[in-house]
Amino acid sequence: MPLKKRASSGAFALIGAIVVLLVGAFAWAAGWIGPRRISGGDVTRALEYNGGGSKPGYRRAHAKGLCFTGSFTANGAGSALSDASIFKSGRYPVIGRFSVAGGNPLASDGRNVFHSMALVLKSPDGQEWRLAMDHTPIFPVADIASFIALQRASKPDPATGKPDPAAMKPFLAAHPEVKAFQDYMAKAVLPGSFATATYYSINAFRFTGDRDVTRFVRWQFEPEASGPGLDKKHLELLPRDYLFNEMIARTAKVPSRWHLKLVVANPADVTDKATVAWTGPHRTIDAGTLAIDAVQSEEAGACRDVNFDPTILPPGIALSDDPLLAARSKAYSSSFTRRASEGAHPSAVGQDLTKERAR
Amino acid sequence: MSRHSPDFHPALRALHWLMAAAVLAMLFIGVGMVSTTGTAYVTLLALHRPLGIAILLLVLLRLPLRIMTGAPALPDDLPRIQKRAAVASHILLYLAMAGMPFIGWAMLSAGGYPVLLTKSMALPAILPRDLALYAFLRQAHTVVALLFFALILAHLSAALMHGLIRRDGVLRSMTVGHRRAGVSPKQDDADD
Ligand code: HEM
Ligand code: HEM
Repeated sequence: MPLKKRASSGAFALIGAIVVLLVGAFAWAAGWIGPRRISGGDVTRALEYNGGGSKPGYRRAHAKGLCFTGSFTANGAGSALSDASIFKSGRYPVIGRFSVAGGNPLASDGRNVFHSMALVLKSPDGQEWRLAMDHTPIFPVADIASFIALQRASKPDPATGKPDPAAMKPFLAAHPEVKAFQDYMAKAVLPGSFATATYYSINAFRFTGDRDVTRFVRWQFEPEASGPGLDKKHLELLPRDYLFNEMIARTAKVPSRWHLKLVVANPADVTDKATVAWTGPHRTIDAGTLAIDAVQSEEAGACRDVNFDPTILPPGIALSDDPLLAARSKAYSSSFTRRASEGAHPSAVGQDLTKERAR
Repeated sequence: MSRHSPDFHPALRALHWLMAAAVLAMLFIGVGMVSTTGTAYVTLLALHRPLGIAILLLVLLRLPLRIMTGAPALPDDLPRIQKRAAVASHILLYLAMAGMPFIGWAMLSAGGYPVLLTKSMALPAILPRDLALYAFLRQAHTVVALLFFALILAHLSAALMHGLIRRDGVLRSMTVGHRRAGVSPKQDDADD
């Protein structure tokens, strides 16, 4: 009898130990215990902090946007680099979204920030490619920890509208790549229209084509239209929704076109750092033409409820070794889930349209 | 639905352990991938979707097999309330096994995502795009997963209790089985 009792208390202890072990391993896997990880929530929180609080219902970045529809006409040349069906000659419907950077959906367009284009390209066989691009060939940071640190350091002071130098100075000293990006932005043309901007993938991707050759590629959409940049000295004079209303008016008259240029990496090119441009001559393929012939407010269009996750790729295109891509995927997912649960709110362009109709 | 043999059908036992490993792996992969913005997120998510759908297919195989071949009777001396708890927990385990992959599939559909199993194979959407629905299902995917893990821990503890403390042959009925035919579980408990 005592023997049996001892045996069973040993068994109880064993069972308890197994359960504790499993719970511990689960907590470790989930990141509740153990070394600190950067989660999607950490990114959305940093973006909200930078914007002076969360704007429920909106994207945590690029909150201000306009939907569009159009088509992509592939000329077949892209098939030299990738098996993706979208590169086969043909015309494919497109939906997308123009946006300006920042978490404020009602921010003014008169800011020296990213002008952006996001696309969903689908081929009839069901392959899908989602793209989110900015008007600069490079990004200020190369990793997610620096991205979060940048959001914290560059939070605008409500009094001056500028980042607090006490936070920004030491940050820039530790991040020369951000300083370099700021110098670039200060010099570069800030496009005067969504239609005259070049939109860059920034991150590199792996393209795999015939005979299974894999190459690193960055791409850019180059506009057919041209025009002057915004006057960066007097940005504050622009109407709040200048860029969006310009695009609405322009599209009512003419469609806008871009050429998709696939840029193949040279052997020495850096593929895992979005902060480093590829310079000098490159093998470049014009894969086809994007034409945008209609725009819609986010309320009326199809783009608002889309997560333009740049890791949703067709066969023939894969992620590169750039760590920003996975970070973007998780951050976009966290942003998407948050705004989905909060419910959509009115857009700036939607407000303008309502006001116009009331007049 | 009761079964003459003291053991579960061998195919059912094989499926049980295969799925136990797969489901535990899925729970760990799930909470692990959403905890990080590292490359593990995309790598694990690409594994998570097809493995989850594989579990759905396996449960569609397992449930009919379970209904057809039945379960061995629980020991006579097991209190009624425990027998009831066993039956109820098994129903919940089946529901969770089928429900989790369904929720995953449905939530990606409602979120407007392609439901990719491999780079070139996608499942059709089973719901129209609807962000409120997506948000609800995404929350449910987390809550049901955590309840599922708790249920698995309870199930595992109960199984070990049968095997190590009661030594009543219940654990053996899902593992190696009772070697000699016609031996009742009660007599064959020594090395359980
Ligand atoms: C670590 C780096 C980055 C982070 C954390 C980040 C974060 C985000 C987030 C949270 C969103 C909102 C997603 C949603 O709710 O749907 C967003 C949108 C966007 N991002 Fe990024 N981003 C990063 C890098 C980039 C880069 C390198 C580009 C350009 C190549 C880019 C272009 C865009 C565009 C165009 C949108 C708007 C897409 C739309 O219209 O929905 N982002 N970003
Ligand atoms: C037995 C089946 C499954 C189990 C046990 C499981 C478990 C989990 C767990 C524990 C999480 C993390 C939840 C959180 O902590 O918030 C998760 C997330 C997720 N699961 Fe599953 N899952 C299963 C099936 C599926 C299937 C079949 C799909 C899709 C086809 C899927 C897609 C996802 C997605 C997309 C996420 C969230 C990613 C994000 O929000 O960034 N799951 N899953």
